[in-house]
Amino acid sequence: MWLRNISVKTGSFLGLLLALAMMTGCRSEGSKNTSNEQNTVDLTAGDEIFEDLNEAKKVFYSLPSPLETAVLLKSAGAKYNESLLNPLSNANNYTTNRQMALNLGIFSTDLSFASLFDQTQTSINYMQAAKKMADGLGILDAIDQTTIDRLEENVNNRDELMNIISETLMSSNSFLLENERKAVASIVLVGGWVEGLYIATQLVGKSPVKENKLVERIVEQKFSLEIVLRLLEENKDNPDVESILEQMNDLKKTFDKITIKTSAITPVEDPKTKVTLLKSKSEIQITQEIFDELREKAKNIRTNFTL
Amino acid sequence: MKKVLQATLAIAILVMVPLNGNAQCKGFAKKICKLELTPYIHDGNFHAAVLVEGEEAELYKTFYSDQEYRIAICGSDALPPIEFKVIDANKNVLYDNKKNNYAKTWDFKLESSQQLKIYVKVPSSGSSPDAIQQGCVAIMFGFKEK
Repeated sequence: MWLRNISVKTGSFLGLLLALAMMTGCRSEGSKNTSNEQNTVDLTAGDEIFEDLNEAKKVFYSLPSPLETAVLLKSAGAKYNESLLNPLSNANNYTTNRQMALNLGIFSTDLSFASLFDQTQTSINYMQAAKKMADGLGILDAIDQTTIDRLEENVNNRDELMNIISETLMSSNSFLLENERKAVASIVLVGGWVEGLYIATQLVGKSPVKENKLVERIVEQKFSLEIVLRLLEENKDNPDVESILEQMNDLKKTFDKITIKTSAITPVEDPKTKVTLLKSKSEIQITQEIFDELREKAKNIRTNFTL
Repeated sequence: MKKVLQATLAIAILVMVPLNGNAQCKGFAKKICKLELTPYIHDGNFHAAVLVEGEEAELYKTFYSDQEYRIAICGSDALPPIEFKVIDANKNVLYDNKKNNYAKTWDFKLESSQQLKIYVKVPSSGSSPDAIQQGCVAIMFGFKEK
């Protein structure tokens, strides 16, 4: 009611403030990127795609989600091994924002992995663990009892299970981003990515690295590590991010020893399905020693994250 | 007292407007854009923002061999049709939706894993500066389980 009594002058002032606020809302993340990009001009080999980053543009970095990571592992021939998942009992140990954010990502990957291998009860248990982390981080309503109930009701419906997991991932991620908690959102994503790397490297074990599909998938994470580093660089003012960034930079030293050569891409559309095939060849060079070093580093980082 | 209330309102508007903009984008991505991914499975990632006419955005993502993907890029009703291009590390344009009647989706698979850039632009409608529109733009990815 009292709004009607505001004078025209005050109304104009508020109008100006509103316009300023809207401009801030539209551009705030863009300007953050501007300053952060200035911190990441030291481009290394393999960074070609990032070269023409325009500072005025809004920039998104997308990592494989826990669900996509689990699908990639399964399609590469991974076998389910529950002993590799972060024990559920650990959930009670996580009290800091760093621990809860990392392990929200980790439990989400474990949940996706178990779910893809039809481990119903384990999936439900890991959803509960992810809920505990989300609740601890103050992420409201991303995972509630209804989510758990839906999971239980759809144990035999793979597509619906994946849809439920996808919804919870998006709800957590969007809640953090819309509440200006970009740093926490980046930690969750990196936690999930490291868990995928850990599970994959452990599943390879001492198997030969040559002509090993799972090893190929692991090596290809070299591309995603570039995105991990940029995502963390954007948020490195946060002390939790800073410590994780150090570990990721150390991991990069090992990935830098791996060579991936890719030929030019030719897009060819299938006239029937309308699906375009991006034709290209790639060649990977990795030795057993480098892989062993990578597996060891992934294990150490994951141990640090889950302690 | 009235001045205090007015100042409080001004601060509240400053704080709330950016959040509301993003909150609208969450609903837009979840309820409208996600439907464009069907029958692909949404990966669960959230990439959406309020953009104004003429504004550009870029997204960097690794796509893996032997996986089938769908990209969906949607803009809210207030905006003109959104332009997008998929560009490889050598700056070759692999797909341009302007040449495909501003399609909102593109389906593709890869012989070898690649890091690609998605370039998005909200075209300018040529309106006068005080009629420039803004709205949510969502970039979403779906895949198929093999």
